[in-house]
Amino acid sequence: MDLILSGGRIVDPSQGLDAVGDLVIGDGRVVDIRLGGASGTRSAPSGAINLTPHHIVMPGCVDVHCHLREPGQEHKETIATGSASAAAGGFTTVLCMPNTDPPIDSAAVVSLVLRRAAEAKGARVIPLAAGTQGMGEERLSEMADLVECGAAAITDDAFPIQSSATLRRVMEYCRMLGVPFVAHCEDKSLTQGGCMNEGEVSAVLGLRGMPAAAEEIALARNILLARLTGVHLHVAHVSTAFAVDLVRMAKRTGVRISAEACPHHFSLTDQAVADSGYDTATKVNPPLRTRQDVEAVKRGLADGTIDCIATDHAPHSAEEKDVEYQFAPFGMVGFETALALTFTELVEPGHLEPMRAVECLSSAPARIFRLDCGTLRPGSRADVTVIDTQREWVVDREKLLSRSKNTPFHGRMLKGLPVLTVVEGRVVHSVLEGM
Amino acid sequence: MRLRKEGRPVQEARAMDEGEIRRAITRVAHEIIEKNKGAERLALVGIRTRGVPLAERLAGLISRFEACEVPVGALDISMYRDDLHTRQPVVGSTEVPFDVTDMRIVLVDEVFYTGRTIRAAMDAVMDLGRPSAIQLAVLVDRGHRELPIRPDYVGKNLPTARSEEVIVRLKELDGEDVVLIRKPDSTPAE
Amino acid sequence: MALRRRHILSLQEMDAEEIRFILDTADSLREILSRPIKKVPALRGRTVCTLFYEPSTRTRTSFELAAKILSADTISISPSTSSVVKGESFRDTLLTLQAMGTDLFVIRHQCAGAPLFATKIVNVPVVNAGDGMHEHPTQGLLDMLTLRGVKGRLEGLNIAIVGDIAHSRVARSNAWGFTKMGASVRIAGPPTLLPPELEITGAKIYDRLEPAIEGADVVYVLRIQRERMDSGLLPSLREYTRLYGITPERLHRLAAPGAIVMHPGPMNRGIEIAPEVADAGYCVVTDQVANGVALRMALLYLLLGGANGPKE
Repeated sequence: MDLILSGGRIVDPSQGLDAVGDLVIGDGRVVDIRLGGASGTRSAPSGAINLTPHHIVMPGCVDVHCHLREPGQEHKETIATGSASAAAGGFTTVLCMPNTDPPIDSAAVVSLVLRRAAEAKGARVIPLAAGTQGMGEERLSEMADLVECGAAAITDDAFPIQSSATLRRVMEYCRMLGVPFVAHCEDKSLTQGGCMNEGEVSAVLGLRGMPAAAEEIALARNILLARLTGVHLHVAHVSTAFAVDLVRMAKRTGVRISAEACPHHFSLTDQAVADSGYDTATKVNPPLRTRQDVEAVKRGLADGTIDCIATDHAPHSAEEKDVEYQFAPFGMVGFETALALTFTELVEPGHLEPMRAVECLSSAPARIFRLDCGTLRPGSRADVTVIDTQREWVVDREKLLSRSKNTPFHGRMLKGLPVLTVVEGRVVHSVLEGM
Repeated sequence: MRLRKEGRPVQEARAMDEGEIRRAITRVAHEIIEKNKGAERLALVGIRTRGVPLAERLAGLISRFEACEVPVGALDISMYRDDLHTRQPVVGSTEVPFDVTDMRIVLVDEVFYTGRTIRAAMDAVMDLGRPSAIQLAVLVDRGHRELPIRPDYVGKNLPTARSEEVIVRLKELDGEDVVLIRKPDSTPAE
Repeated sequence: MALRRRHILSLQEMDAEEIRFILDTADSLREILSRPIKKVPALRGRTVCTLFYEPSTRTRTSFELAAKILSADTISISPSTSSVVKGESFRDTLLTLQAMGTDLFVIRHQCAGAPLFATKIVNVPVVNAGDGMHEHPTQGLLDMLTLRGVKGRLEGLNIAIVGDIAHSRVARSNAWGFTKMGASVRIAGPPTLLPPELEITGAKIYDRLEPAIEGADVVYVLRIQRERMDSGLLPSLREYTRLYGITPERLHRLAAPGAIVMHPGPMNRGIEIAPEVADAGYCVVTDQVANGVALRMALLYLLLGGANGPKE
């Protein structure tokens, strides 16, 4: 099937391209890019979509950190609903975390996830697998099997490995297998019982806090182990100013390290917990931090210290979140607000150039995880995201495609709407007229 | 005199001046003494707010006429009102520094209207003890009672319409002694 | 003037004028407690529900007494386990009790923010009787009432709050309340129990006892809360008493002449407060308790006593 996206602003960091033109897609591949103003000539009326220069046409966005809850917690989300939600948010590929029930720590579960992913109609889903059995601290999982079966990388997200000896062994296997290790950095002895950032707001609200040092201590340890083992360390959800500094320093000393940051960590501070009246949609791990941390994350994204943006989409059902703050589970959904927050909070105010923003959302995550996407070079997989950068819209949690509605951005006006998502040449999401 | 109240024009007329108030209080003091055959076991309890200075004045006069001390108390009836679902008056304190049991209590208020305030006051007094009798003295009776309660001693009868307001000002609280009737003005605005 | 607030959740959000109004109302109602018949009909036919997820004898009894003196009916519920672990959810408990005719909830809960959460679920007034480590506003109010009664004023007083500050909702409420009324507040405790960020309330923070109580007109002593303390925060209770215990000798040497001692209760005699101090005339704990009933009567009356504003 042919598809022509005509007259949009094509931004592709992999080719250093930022120009208005037509993108021609055929047989699931990018066929051609024709630059210049909208020509007005079309070979076939069907498959031609008219865009304007305020539509950015970019390589399909890649989210390397999300939770799809299947198997085991399908009341929160399934691979099918998650895939649809991701597509509505402009994502064409997502990597899902293994803290399911049972966890993705065996080839059988990897296969299950891939089978469900094949049935899904939205974004492509690729699993990440657990480095230890049951996501505990005792035994290594059979990582070779997991990778061979299709896992893109190994991780300890949601169950950060506390023992340095165990983590070292996991990293050694990852290095041997040539896959990154994705680390959730948290010293749990310091965050015990905590439910928000430790600081002025937690002191006044009377909630136990999780100090920034808990993330920084674990990150420093993980960097040193990465240095020791030679693994490629990918740091999940960097949230504190000093953590950004640690990543910057590690890169300078030659450690193989990449890092991601989440939209909530560059859009909200811990003050949101107080302002929202203890709304559990603000409860997340790592928690919302201070203004200085938020500014440091933005700078880190701008100067490349933080390589990419990931959502950490973490759905929870309404009943689970509709409890006292202390008892609520951590996490917020994020697929359908990530691109808009990137453009509203980073591009619009001038912290990030559009090219760099696109890089954070597509080419950088694809490169880090060695995925066959993140580019619009002719011949490559036709994964495309189109975003209308002028469109203002108000977040309505009831209209989210995700099965869960736990977002702290409900009611917020954002600028930038993903209007078209194409996966391997097929349109999986569209809000353009006439489609 | 034409005034503006909440944007609507009003009219105020003087119903009692300082002299009339003084003479009325003096007469009531004598009536209390006569009806109770003296001041023995007599006490006055003023209902907040303006009943209190009136009670003090009456007590002063009675004490002088009978050459004995007449105790005075102040009663706050907010806790006994029957209309608490629609209003929330500021609570004042009740100070009745004597035992009301076996005493003849004369309640004192400045205006008698529907009688509900007095009913609440009777409930309040009876929670303090068991008086041998309760009587009621008011400066002004403006009519329109809604309960079978009426004053024993009246300074002046002032028939009024429901839409009118009776305003009592006393030197101790307002700097002057006067009773005014305020009518909403029916003539159109200028 | 009427109370313009529908719920009593925290002292942080209240201003000096409304605090003064509540204290004045409590002063006026106190006399009822010395009558032979302690009953007035003001809240007749109203139902007050005390919903206590954390155990408490004195606070709950104080609220129940206050309600009964005003002729309200009371329901007392103490769920023994957390709503999440088993049993009915917090939301469902509140809705059920409201459906049964509750006109006002008094809620104590181990989670900060729970009473605020309740205000989003029910349509009736909510009074926070202590939510986790966050606030205990009625304790703060009755402490201010007591202090005002004993010292004649709050403004300009030097008040030292001493103890396990980190876990203390009483410390937070009092820090906010006392500073709003013009007192100068110092907070002191062991460094492991002391969040320095509380300076935002206006109080000064000390990790040693002596500079905090020097020249203090009021020493407010907090209980060392065994049940909230994770093990390992203090080396031993003995060491705490040695460094931070309030003794007659320390008061005599450091506090201002005429200084008084307050405590939210119950007291651990011999630990945070020496028995001689607890029994001394300058320790006004029983005044605090008596004032607690009058203060809670004032709050219940102000929250339930009228739908529209005052007309006089």
